[in-house]
Amino acid sequence: MNKPLRRIAIFCGLLIMTLLIRDNWLQYVKAGELQDNGKNRRISIERYAQPRGDIIVDGNPITGSAKTNGSDYAYKRTYKNGPMWAPVTGYASQAFGATQLESLEDGILTGNDDRLFFRRTLDMITGKKKEGGNVVTTLNGAAQKAAFEGLGSKKGAVAAIDPTTGAILALASTPSYDPSKFAGNSTTTDTPAWQKLQKSQNPDDPMLNRALRETYPPGSTFKVVTAAAALEHGLYPDPDDKTETPLPWVMPNTRTELKNDGPLPCKDATLRMALQVSCNTVFGKAGADLGKDKMRETAEKFGFNSEHFIPVRANASVWPKEMDEPQTALSSIGQFETATTPLQMAMVAAAVANDGKLMEPYMVSRLQAPSLDVIEKHTPDEMSRPLSEENAQKLQSMMETVVEKGTGRNAQINGVKVGGKTGTAQHGVDNSEKPYAWFISYAKTDSGSPVAVAVVVEDSDASRGDISGGGLAAPIARDVMKAVVDGKE
Amino acid sequence: MSRTNSSTHNTSTIGAIGAPSRRNTELGLLVFAVVIPVFAYINVGLAIDGEIPTGLLGYGIGLGLLAAVGHVVVRRFAPYADPLLLPLATLLNGLGLVVIWRLDQSPRLHAMAASRGNEFVAAAPRQLLYSAIGIALFVGVLLLLKDHRILQRYTYISMAASLVLLLLPLVPGLGRDVFGAKIWISIAGFSIQPGEFAKIVIAVFFSGYLMVKRDALALASRRFMGLYLPRGRDLGPILTIWAVSLLVLVFENDLGTSLLFFGMFVIMLYVATERTSWIVIGLGMSAAGAVGVATFAGHVKARVDAWLDPFGCYADSGACEQIGQSIMSFGSGGVLGTGLGQGNSDLIGFAANSDFIFATFGEELGLAGAMAILLLYGLIIERGLRTALAARDPFGKLLAVGLSGAFALQIFVVAGGVMGLIPLTGMTMPFLANGGSSVIANWALVGILLRISDTARRPAPMPASNPDAEMTQVVRP
Repeated sequence: MNKPLRRIAIFCGLLIMTLLIRDNWLQYVKAGELQDNGKNRRISIERYAQPRGDIIVDGNPITGSAKTNGSDYAYKRTYKNGPMWAPVTGYASQAFGATQLESLEDGILTGNDDRLFFRRTLDMITGKKKEGGNVVTTLNGAAQKAAFEGLGSKKGAVAAIDPTTGAILALASTPSYDPSKFAGNSTTTDTPAWQKLQKSQNPDDPMLNRALRETYPPGSTFKVVTAAAALEHGLYPDPDDKTETPLPWVMPNTRTELKNDGPLPCKDATLRMALQVSCNTVFGKAGADLGKDKMRETAEKFGFNSEHFIPVRANASVWPKEMDEPQTALSSIGQFETATTPLQMAMVAAAVANDGKLMEPYMVSRLQAPSLDVIEKHTPDEMSRPLSEENAQKLQSMMETVVEKGTGRNAQINGVKVGGKTGTAQHGVDNSEKPYAWFISYAKTDSGSPVAVAVVVEDSDASRGDISGGGLAAPIARDVMKAVVDGKE
Repeated sequence: MSRTNSSTHNTSTIGAIGAPSRRNTELGLLVFAVVIPVFAYINVGLAIDGEIPTGLLGYGIGLGLLAAVGHVVVRRFAPYADPLLLPLATLLNGLGLVVIWRLDQSPRLHAMAASRGNEFVAAAPRQLLYSAIGIALFVGVLLLLKDHRILQRYTYISMAASLVLLLLPLVPGLGRDVFGAKIWISIAGFSIQPGEFAKIVIAVFFSGYLMVKRDALALASRRFMGLYLPRGRDLGPILTIWAVSLLVLVFENDLGTSLLFFGMFVIMLYVATERTSWIVIGLGMSAAGAVGVATFAGHVKARVDAWLDPFGCYADSGACEQIGQSIMSFGSGGVLGTGLGQGNSDLIGFAANSDFIFATFGEELGLAGAMAILLLYGLIIERGLRTALAARDPFGKLLAVGLSGAFALQIFVVAGGVMGLIPLTGMTMPFLANGGSSVIANWALVGILLRISDTARRPAPMPASNPDAEMTQVVRP
């Protein structure tokens, strides 16, 4: 009986061998895939097993962590002044995942980042609990507050940048939401709160980050870009020379007049005057004369047609590629298919204010280990040079004229030089919907420009006549700039 | 009785060359088998509470005492028994206790019991009690069963007993339907899985039966296409076992037990007759049975579906969630594991400490630990088969190969099931899993194997002194 017995022994050996192979398959070959499986709750259990690191503004955390009971997750995220900071932080929810900074810097915040590996190993040996690191932002609490409160109950967004470095100072979007409300995973409180914020249930779409992810027609604020192109390409090298603009001006290859917003002194107006009173005819013609390619060259140097990562992704602003001459004229005054994010328009103002140098926008100045050691530090980086220093200064003086005696008077600040441009952008088929009020501006002190800001208000409640960049948006921009300038003193 | 090597002292010319007793080897290994679980216990305490667990002393002494009793009894009543089996079983039993105790600490399982309106009952103390009963049975086997060949007398009683044990769960009022499978009976508040005991009893019956019938089964056959086909009347036994297995499967929804019995019978039949044709016939019949049952029994069909796509049917089948969670447990453990007490295998739910206990080993000890556990089982099987090889009588051979084969099949079916290699069967890992029947029955199984190996390795008795030799020794200096 020994011969079959030996074969049975081999068979049993094969059984064990099969199990060993299967085990290796699961725990070695497939391990990563199984760890990341969507149904594997260990990832989120691990993420919330200890307090998350904080997101820091002006040296103070705007986030926190609270101990929870009775669920798989030991801690949940809390937010200080959640609605105001939501466009900056995003959210981290046990049930609904994470977005924006909370998601992008998750490794640092949970302490799982590879750059913390050495420290983590040390902590493991000494028996210290794992801790998360901090994300230090460039934001300015006072400017953010001014922006958020300025927008108030109106729908809109504000983006403010430090032109000299590209550091983002304010990023507000209204209506907003409180990420604390759905940070947990309770089906009685968190799930309804989350559902109420979804676009399908809430037409105001409060979770949309309007400062980075929504593109609006920029309206007349785009004339700053057109003016820059006209100066750069030598079409009208001196802002105080008369332009050759007839009034009325019929768009090329059409019989349609491009109209101004009222009886403005736009016939052969200088560029300065055209910007001051916002002449559609002058900039429409300038754009058409330059042609779509030269215009695109300048627009793309300002950052159009590409996404920006600050590190949160901002949508690409659009300067259309394919269009005929009349469409080019319309695009040059910020209509047709031209569409920009508030961040993009803040970049335009910042480039002008920084003497033609566009700095790469960013909102994370450094990442800290739990011990507060700096893991990564952002160094300001030049992104492009949309216009020469000389031309930038010409454009500055034009924008300052707008605020001194043009449409932007509401943005004046005592003792500070302010340059700006208003915009009232039509939208909807045949201008059927209420327009967007825009204002872009920068403040300038003796030591350079500390802030450039773009404001857009899409307020459907205001009566049509009240909607103008100067009336609705400029005061908000002024308050934001004032908060930054006052903070510098 | 001399415990030393008889060949060195025996000056007789035809002295038996006996194996050394190896009892001290066993003692040394037992120390490891107790110390390793004690360290594991400390490890769990440190990981969960940050301090050395208070129950350590009682637990360590408990396990040590059980091992000591087992060792003393073996030393006294089965001195030539295999030295590895007792330490291996003790180590697995100890590690199982540690992991069951670790799962007792899981807040998630506490919360789950509360949400079902049950009070959470810690399983580890009961498991320690069952281990003690298991050791008691082990001792009983060694004390009462002086020679395994006595069992031969009870061939047909065993058959009756095993049938009764198998069918007990079907008795109304006695059987309990636990999560779809009717494999439990409930007596005086205790739940027993008769199938675990039936496994041993039926091995006794097969051994006795096959020993008698092996020649008839082996030789009276026709040759057809290279296979020896048995006569129709000789096919009777295998057909009967097949039918009983299918009945168990259909009426008790117990895939594991039926597979185990049929597999064990085919293995023993093959060893007894040395005819490969039995393997072919057996495989064909089990394939036919498996396909038939998988098509008609809803319970089995659900498990097959869960096996084919563990993550696809998550929403509509509990079986899917269990196997899916189990596979993710293994994956999350990776190569080195999360460390004892630091995994989340309790996400599997209520069966985490019984059917799925191997998943906790996979997650918390990693690939390294899980492979070590599988190799420990492999060693037990190997020692059992070695015992079968060494046994001198066909009954002992068959019994040893039957028990080890059944053990191997059970390991394969359970571990393969929780790792998603084959459909889930609802059986338990011997010694590791929570559950009295399993621990007690497997200790008895080890006891029988030890008894067979003791008989096999025992040196032949000294030959009676030869009077003729005495006569010739006349010339002396």
